[in-house]
Amino acid sequence: MSANQVALWYLVASVCFILALKGLSHPSTARRGNLLGIAGMAIAVVVTLALVYTHTGNVGYILGGIVVGGAVGALTARRVQMTQMPELVAAFHSLVGMAAVLIAIAAIHDPAAFGLPSPIPRGNRLELFIGTFIGALTFSGSVIAFVKLSGRIRSAPVVFGGQHWVNLALAIAMVGFGIAFFLASDEAKWLPYIVMTTIAFVLGVLIIIPIGGADMPVVISMLNSYSGWAAAGIGFSLNNPMLIIAGSLVGSSGAILSYIMCRAMNRSFISVILGGFGAEPGSVAAGGGEQKPVRVGSADDAAFLMGNAESVIIVPGYGLAVARAQHAVKELAEKLRAKGITVRYAIHPVAGRMPGHMNVLLAEAEVPYDQVFEMEDINSDFGNTDVALVLGANDVVNPLAEVKGSPIYGMPILEVHKARNVIVNKRSMAAGYAGLDNPLFYQDKTMMVFGDAKKVVEDIVKALD
Amino acid sequence: MSAVDPIVFYLIIFVLAVFVGYHVVWSVTPALHTPLMSVTNAISGIILVGAMLAAGPALFDWGGWVGVVAVVLASVNVFGGFLVTQRMLEMFRKKEPAGKPVAKP
Repeated sequence: MSANQVALWYLVASVCFILALKGLSHPSTARRGNLLGIAGMAIAVVVTLALVYTHTGNVGYILGGIVVGGAVGALTARRVQMTQMPELVAAFHSLVGMAAVLIAIAAIHDPAAFGLPSPIPRGNRLELFIGTFIGALTFSGSVIAFVKLSGRIRSAPVVFGGQHWVNLALAIAMVGFGIAFFLASDEAKWLPYIVMTTIAFVLGVLIIIPIGGADMPVVISMLNSYSGWAAAGIGFSLNNPMLIIAGSLVGSSGAILSYIMCRAMNRSFISVILGGFGAEPGSVAAGGGEQKPVRVGSADDAAFLMGNAESVIIVPGYGLAVARAQHAVKELAEKLRAKGITVRYAIHPVAGRMPGHMNVLLAEAEVPYDQVFEMEDINSDFGNTDVALVLGANDVVNPLAEVKGSPIYGMPILEVHKARNVIVNKRSMAAGYAGLDNPLFYQDKTMMVFGDAKKVVEDIVKALD
Repeated sequence: MSAVDPIVFYLIIFVLAVFVGYHVVWSVTPALHTPLMSVTNAISGIILVGAMLAAGPALFDWGGWVGVVAVVLASVNVFGGFLVTQRMLEMFRKKEPAGKPVAKP
């Protein structure tokens, strides 16, 4: 197969990838989009296989590798639970990062395999340096994100003094060795490369450990972006437009998701990256001095209130995902609907542990997607809603976000406090991630129902019979 | 006039692809952000193409083995990413009113 033919097929594959992303603009077109994505990948792989076959004939190991990796991937995709999506995605990011580093090593060792001149030219070395360090950062950062998300280590931020200076020094050292690799003679190229890569691995760990808790959706989006840039960087070093295009699509997608997540939490990207948010505002949390009275109710009370309502909006939060209560919630909604009550769901952009996570959890519980509304679409309706049921959410419904001078001022919230009645289910009165007291809980029209979300919802369902 | 260096063409491709990505991704509905992430994950598995070149050199030595490992890793991504996306998207089907009995967990 000629180089021109290969490049044209890569163009076809790229168009497929773009259409795959475009399909996600609506659930009804998303499945077709995904199939197009698969088609694009199949084209790219088959064409590359043909290319290797005509050049060297050495395709046996490639096919073996694809079979092994494909089997592992397929099995994982089948077994994973929807609540585990964040850690699965983090694990997958790490693989892309590692693959990028390995390809760079192979390219330095044997440029001819990639159709590059040998010894490898300076320009490609520069690009290999960039692809390698982004890949290495992606790998070690994603491994840390994975162990945090899967609960193998505490997800709380790990902060130590002078952290930023250490990172800065390491980054400078990494660039220094990168330049040394760029300038080195062909015999001396390995040492600076290995040192540079090692520093990048360490840096990936150090960048991610200070970020934790509710910032994880940003981390995971950011690593998504990195994995794309790593692929694009490798594409530049191998002079491969396919990798450049696909990598750029992924890179910009992850960057946009990071931006959306930051905006939804009212945090600047820089402050998330610098980390440590969860650790410092303890002083604010402790400030909740005097005990204000809250109205505490039982599941029966909640059932009574909702049973007599005309419209109910359910606000699912992180607590619901933790308690795996989405199936119970769906049953509750069905019961209420059977009584002729309008039931809708309101989703805050950072509900769940990754962007869009809550939508997937509800979809898994077979909640029709046309009952699920985004924040902007439903916020104006809270005012004429009889009951808002908040399940395991706190900061995203905190009216302090509308008070000038409060630490979360400006954060977009679900305007639950405007509903005629509010039922809040929480495990305890503990403050949310932002460490702030929530005036919503002390309103006269608010009833607190304490307990595990799943248990409480199941009790409400029973009481409705 | 001298010919344009290929690197410049790659740069052009890169910048335009970023623009396309930017605009397409903003049109994605927030409800599908998790599938977006898993499908981009699968797409970044395109690095498999590079890994295949590394795993099929004329002279297969340790560099080839490094390539084979990269092929395995990237394949996990490609297969896992697309299949898990498909699984998720199946859940976003429109439910038939009073259709087949709802499976209890």
